[in-house]
Amino acid sequence: MLHHSKLAMTALAAVSLPVTVAYAQSGDTITLGAAVSLTGKYTTNGEHTQRGYDLAVDKINGAGGVTVGDKAYTLEIKYYDDESTPARGAELAERLIQQDGIEFMLGPYSSGMTKAIAPVTEEHKVPMVEANGASRSLFTNGWEYIFATLSTSEQYLRGAITLVAEHAEELGKEPGEIKVAMAFENDPFSQDVRAGVLDDMKEYGMEAVIDDQLPRELNDMTATLTKVKALEPDLLIVSGHSKGAATAIRQISEMQVNVSVLAMTHCDSADIIGKFDEAAEYTLCATQWAPTLSYSDDLFGSAAEFAALFEETYGYAPPYQAAESAAAVQVYADALERAGELDSQKVRDALSSTDMMTFYGPIDFDETGKNVAKPMALYQVLDGEYKVVSPSDFAETDAVVPRPAM
Amino acid sequence: MLDNIQILVQAPVITLDLVLNGLLIGAIFALAAYGMALVWGVMNIINITQGEFVILGGYVAVVMGMYGLPPLLGVPVAAILLFVLGWALYHTVIFRIVDRDLFTSVLATFGISIVLQQLMNTVFGGDVQIADAGLGTVLLMDGLVALAEIKLLAFALAAVLGATLVVFLKRSRLGQAIRATAQNARAARVLGIDTDRVYAATYGLNAAICGACGALVAMAYTIHPYLGLPYTIRSFMIVVVAGLGNLAGVIIAGLGLGAAENVAGFVLGTQFQLAFVFLLLVVVLVWRNWRLARRREYLK
Repeated sequence: MLHHSKLAMTALAAVSLPVTVAYAQSGDTITLGAAVSLTGKYTTNGEHTQRGYDLAVDKINGAGGVTVGDKAYTLEIKYYDDESTPARGAELAERLIQQDGIEFMLGPYSSGMTKAIAPVTEEHKVPMVEANGASRSLFTNGWEYIFATLSTSEQYLRGAITLVAEHAEELGKEPGEIKVAMAFENDPFSQDVRAGVLDDMKEYGMEAVIDDQLPRELNDMTATLTKVKALEPDLLIVSGHSKGAATAIRQISEMQVNVSVLAMTHCDSADIIGKFDEAAEYTLCATQWAPTLSYSDDLFGSAAEFAALFEETYGYAPPYQAAESAAAVQVYADALERAGELDSQKVRDALSSTDMMTFYGPIDFDETGKNVAKPMALYQVLDGEYKVVSPSDFAETDAVVPRPAM
Repeated sequence: MLDNIQILVQAPVITLDLVLNGLLIGAIFALAAYGMALVWGVMNIINITQGEFVILGGYVAVVMGMYGLPPLLGVPVAAILLFVLGWALYHTVIFRIVDRDLFTSVLATFGISIVLQQLMNTVFGGDVQIADAGLGTVLLMDGLVALAEIKLLAFALAAVLGATLVVFLKRSRLGQAIRATAQNARAARVLGIDTDRVYAATYGLNAAICGACGALVAMAYTIHPYLGLPYTIRSFMIVVVAGLGNLAGVIIAGLGLGAAENVAGFVLGTQFQLAFVFLLLVVVLVWRNWRLARRREYLK
């Protein structure tokens, strides 16, 4: 009985809270809310996310804050730890909005967490700018309050197809004669990547000679790579998170598979340079952002200046997760100023018409909320370092195609 | 699929490459399966933790590599450390389930495997790891058959380990005690064998075998905390096919599985490689059932 009355009181409290609490946007402060992973399996990337947000907030406040209407506000972020668990993330989003009165949300880390939180922000009509959910499935539900600064997963390796098409001559072929071998893990992310690659291949009329799907538990690609040896494709694309990247590099070098171009995702998280040294040379790697790209804005300056500031503050070079997170806060500041008032609907509308340049790249949301302006970049491992080789307008150096026999 | 078969017909040397590479990993499967058969036969426990022992052994080699020690040394070190772990696990958990039914042992060891996975994830992180033994590749037939030296070495070490184990079980006092306990635990106790000690040694020995396998896996393939299950499944499959106490059967089944899997991965596509393992299991069981049924008829 006691139990029941407690429950009833909690329910009552929950109902009355939204009416009584609305401190989040009071005074001279605008509070953004975020649930990020500070414990659990996403801890590392959760921290990158939080540091990116924090760095942008400090920088914006240092530059005089955000001017909404005629009044200058300072930004602040209220964080909760989602423990890398989607259910907890959804709960915390509810709590941020209902209990803490947050009207502007920042995203968590990973597609899975974002997918858990988005229904909550949709329901309460609270805009969320996220920086770490790349899955295409986040933008096919007709959600109106989600905006993503990063490129979605189907764009990850499109650059590789374009790059190979551009270098078809060096391979002694027409773009339409290029043969592609694909090995993608059987998970939503990698299958998104595959869909994007297939689209672009169709455009150039390229042929897929191998289309293998790697199971989640596989650490042996011998069968697929033997096929590569037999069919001699020009381009081999692998996407299977860090284990796919590590397994592919190890076995390609062990089995002496000679393929003109090798492209993959998750090179940096698999640390292919540190682990494999020379065997990783000339590999093309998808990345959202790189400090050497020639993007810049008024707040942080160039991408390189952002990287320097980040390193000075936190003691390590910024991974792209931190950069795209910082850009998310910039997007908010921009939208708040253009909205001219602190109304979540107005800010949402301002967000949807965002069109700005940042150190992270151009940001322009389509009607589903994904950033369609920024292309993915491609690194190539050259002399034991990642060098940006694509998109060609922002590249540091030319790609080495075909890769020399090793 | 037909295209792939066509490739094999046109270039038989590729089949040779697939089969040889399959045999090499098959030796590792066979060794892990032998450990499982040992525990199953002696203690009547199906050890689901098999794969996690393998991965733990792999981490030993990885950690040694990080500290600049030769990862190859990880093979004996992993065996010793894992023996201690197996021994400790016996005295905390396993001794409680020795005389229970199989279902209890499956649940208990499944629980241990989850705990080990999470511990590895916490300690070593979720990312993929490798150890580098710094060996090259042997190329045959114009480079169409490529055999990594580390895989050849793993094969040789697996063979040596297997042979040592057989001699140990046949000749040593402890080995004889283990075999006596497997035959009839009660009689062994009556004759003065401390069966509790024998069980602990058996479980530790199995963990040690898996640990050595794991160090080889980390050097030849890749490991991460959640990669143990495929090794458990393959061990189980090999033991079921070969039967308990049939070392020759375990070796043949292990090598055969490695080769068949690799060829199947090529022909059907990598996504069906594991599915093929299960299919094979079903086929073998059906075939065996059919053969047994015929024998019963004959006896009538």
